Amino acid sequence: MSNQHLSPLREPLVTEPRSLGQLTEEICAPMERPPTWKWWVAFGIAVSVLGTGAGIVGYQVATGIGVWGLNKTIGWAFDITNFVFWVGIGHAGTLISAILFLFRQKWRTSINRAAEAMTLFAVMCAALFPLIHMGRPWLAFWVMPYPNSRGSLWVNFRSPLLWDVFAISTYFTVSAVFWYVGLIPDLATVRDRAKAGIRKAVFKVMSLGWTGSNRTWSRYETVYLLLAGLATPLVLSVHTIVSMDFATSVIPGWHTTIFPPYFVAGAVFSGFAMVLTLMIITRVVLGYEHLITLRHLENMTKIIIVTGGLVSLAYATEFFIAWYSGNPYERFAFMNRAFGPYAWAYWIMVTCNVVSPHLFWFKKIRTSPAAIFVLSLVINVGMWFERFVIIVTSLHRDFLPSSWAMYTPTMVEVGTFIGTFGLFFTLFLLFVRVLPIISIGEVKSVLGFARDGHEAQPQTPATPAAEEPHPAAHRPVAAVPLAIATRKDVPV
Amino acid sequence: MSAPVLIGYFDNETQVLDATRAVREAGFTLHDVYTPYAVHGMDDAMGLKPSRLTWVCFGAGLLGCTLAMSLQLYTSVVSWPLNVGGKPFNSFPAFIPVSFELTVLFAALTTVAAFLVRARLFPGSRRPALPRVTDDRFAIAVAPREDPSELNAAEDLMRSHGAVATALLEVAS
Repeated sequence: MSNQHLSPLREPLVTEPRSLGQLTEEICAPMERPPTWKWWVAFGIAVSVLGTGAGIVGYQVATGIGVWGLNKTIGWAFDITNFVFWVGIGHAGTLISAILFLFRQKWRTSINRAAEAMTLFAVMCAALFPLIHMGRPWLAFWVMPYPNSRGSLWVNFRSPLLWDVFAISTYFTVSAVFWYVGLIPDLATVRDRAKAGIRKAVFKVMSLGWTGSNRTWSRYETVYLLLAGLATPLVLSVHTIVSMDFATSVIPGWHTTIFPPYFVAGAVFSGFAMVLTLMIITRVVLGYEHLITLRHLENMTKIIIVTGGLVSLAYATEFFIAWYSGNPYERFAFMNRAFGPYAWAYWIMVTCNVVSPHLFWFKKIRTSPAAIFVLSLVINVGMWFERFVIIVTSLHRDFLPSSWAMYTPTMVEVGTFIGTFGLFFTLFLLFVRVLPIISIGEVKSVLGFARDGHEAQPQTPATPAAEEPHPAAHRPVAAVPLAIATRKDVPV
Repeated sequence: MSAPVLIGYFDNETQVLDATRAVREAGFTLHDVYTPYAVHGMDDAMGLKPSRLTWVCFGAGLLGCTLAMSLQLYTSVVSWPLNVGGKPFNSFPAFIPVSFELTVLFAALTTVAAFLVRARLFPGSRRPALPRVTDDRFAIAVAPREDPSELNAAEDLMRSHGAVATALLEVAS
C-alpha cells in the first residue's frame, strides 16, 4: 500500500537515485541562486520584443484596426489565426495536468507544473487578440451579460463568439486555480527553506499555512482529482467552442461537423510540440535531465504521432466529404485550398503536420533531444499555417467572384504576433526564476517508483549499490524476461 | 484548549505507514500525520473517511448549471426577446455551451473554496510547520487519551517502528 511499484517491467521515473532532501535541493536551487547572464540575455530579448509589441498594439488601438491588412472579403485573418494558435498551445498543459492524471500516467509529474504555466501564458496571449480586435478594448466588459442602461440590452447567447467568451474565461480561471492548488505544498517547501526576509514573507502568505498534515493531504487529493475531472471536459469544450466560431457559419470550408474533434486534436498536437520546445531547453539549462528524462520526451513524441495522425485523418476526411457532398462550393473551396493562390500555405501545412510527425516512428529521432526540438518547431509552424489556411483560404474566394480578394498581413499584424511571443517568453522566464518549475511533492511521490525502498533512500544503511542507477533504467526490452528470472532483490 | 502531543519523526514512507497503523491499532489517538508528499495508503492507516468535498463539487456544479440556464432563459425569452434569424426565443441547444462552462466554473471555484475553508488554509495563517516535514521527514503526532504518561508507551512503539527522533509539543487543538 505505498507508491512503490515493484516490478522489473517498470523503469524508474527518476533515472538517478536521489533522496527526498536532494530532490528538494535540486528543484529549489534555480530560484535560490542569482540568475546567470544567459538568463538575463534571454530575458532582455523577451522583454524588448514584448515592449515592441506593446508599442505596436498602442499604435493600432490609437489609430484603429484599419491598420491591418483585412478587407471587405477577408474580415478575419491574422488576428484570429493567432488567437486559435495560442489557445491550441494551451491545451497540452491541461492534457498533461488533468487527462494524464486521470489515466494515472505517473510520468506526468515532472512536466505538469511547467506545462500548466505554459497553458496560462498561452491563454493570456490568445485573449489579447480578440481584445485588440474589438478596436476599443476599454469596452471589453460589454461582452458580459450585466444589467445596463441600454435596455437592458443583453448579449446574444446564441452566438458562438459569446460562448467563446465564457469558454476562454472559464478555462483561464480553472487552469489558474488548478495550477495554484498544485503549487500550495511546494510553496510551503520553499517557505520552510527560506531564511527570514522578503522571500520567506511572500511564500508564507502564498502557502496559506500549509503544514503537510495528512488530513489536509487527503482532502487535497480529493480536490485535485475533482479539478482534474472538471478540467478534462473543459479543455475539450474550449477548442470545440473555438471551432464552432467557424463551423456554425455557412462559409464553405468552415461549415463542417468534423471541426470540433479536428480542432481539439490539432490543439493537443501543437501544444505538445510547444511543451517539447520549452522542456528540451529547460531540462538542459537547469540540469534536470534525470527528472525530465528521455522517456518523458519519447512519451510526448508518441502523443504527437497519435494526434498528428488524427489531424491528418481530419484533413483527408474534409477533402473527401467536400467531394462526396456534391456541393460545388465545398468542392471549389477545397480544390482552391490545395491548388489556389494560397497553395504554398496549404502544402507547408501538409509537410509540417502530416509528413514530419512520422519521423518520430524512428527510435533514433525519438530519443534525440536535438531532433525532437527541431521537429517541435516544425510542428508549431505547421499548426500556425493550418489555422491560416482554414481562415484565409475559406474567405478569400467569396460566393461572388467580383469580391474575390487576396490578403497580406501588414507590419502591424506581424509585429503584434511577434509581440505575444515576447509576452509568452517573458512570463515563462520569470516563472522559472520565482517558482519551483517541477512539482516537488509529486516527484517525491514517484521517487520510489520501480525502485526498492532502500535504494531510494541513500541515507539508510548505505550500500554501494545505492549510488548505482537502477539496472532497469537502461535495460532493453528483450532482456526483461531474463531479468525477471535472475533478479532476486525485487519482489515481482 | 491546548494539549501536549507526542511527535515521532521518521525517515521514510514505509516506516511511517507501519508506525501509523501500529499507533492506531494500539488505541492511541492520532492527532495527525505530517508528510512531505501525499503518501498513498496513509488515509487507510489513519482510518480517515473519504472527503465529503465531492458532494460540494456536485452541488456547486448543479447550482452553476441552473443559474446559467436561468440567466439565458431570462435574458433571451423574458427580458428582451430578440428574433435572430427566425430562431425560437427559447433556443435551448444554443444555451448548452454557456451552461456547461458555468457548471465547471462554479464547481471548480466552490470546491477549492470549500477545501481551503475546511482545511483552514488562508493567507496570513500563522500555523507553524514541523521541522523538515515539507522537505524530507515524516512525522506522527499522537494525542494522549487521558493520562499524559501513556505517551511513554506510544514513544516506545514509534521507536520500535524506526522513529529517528521524538519530541513533546504543545499544539492548539
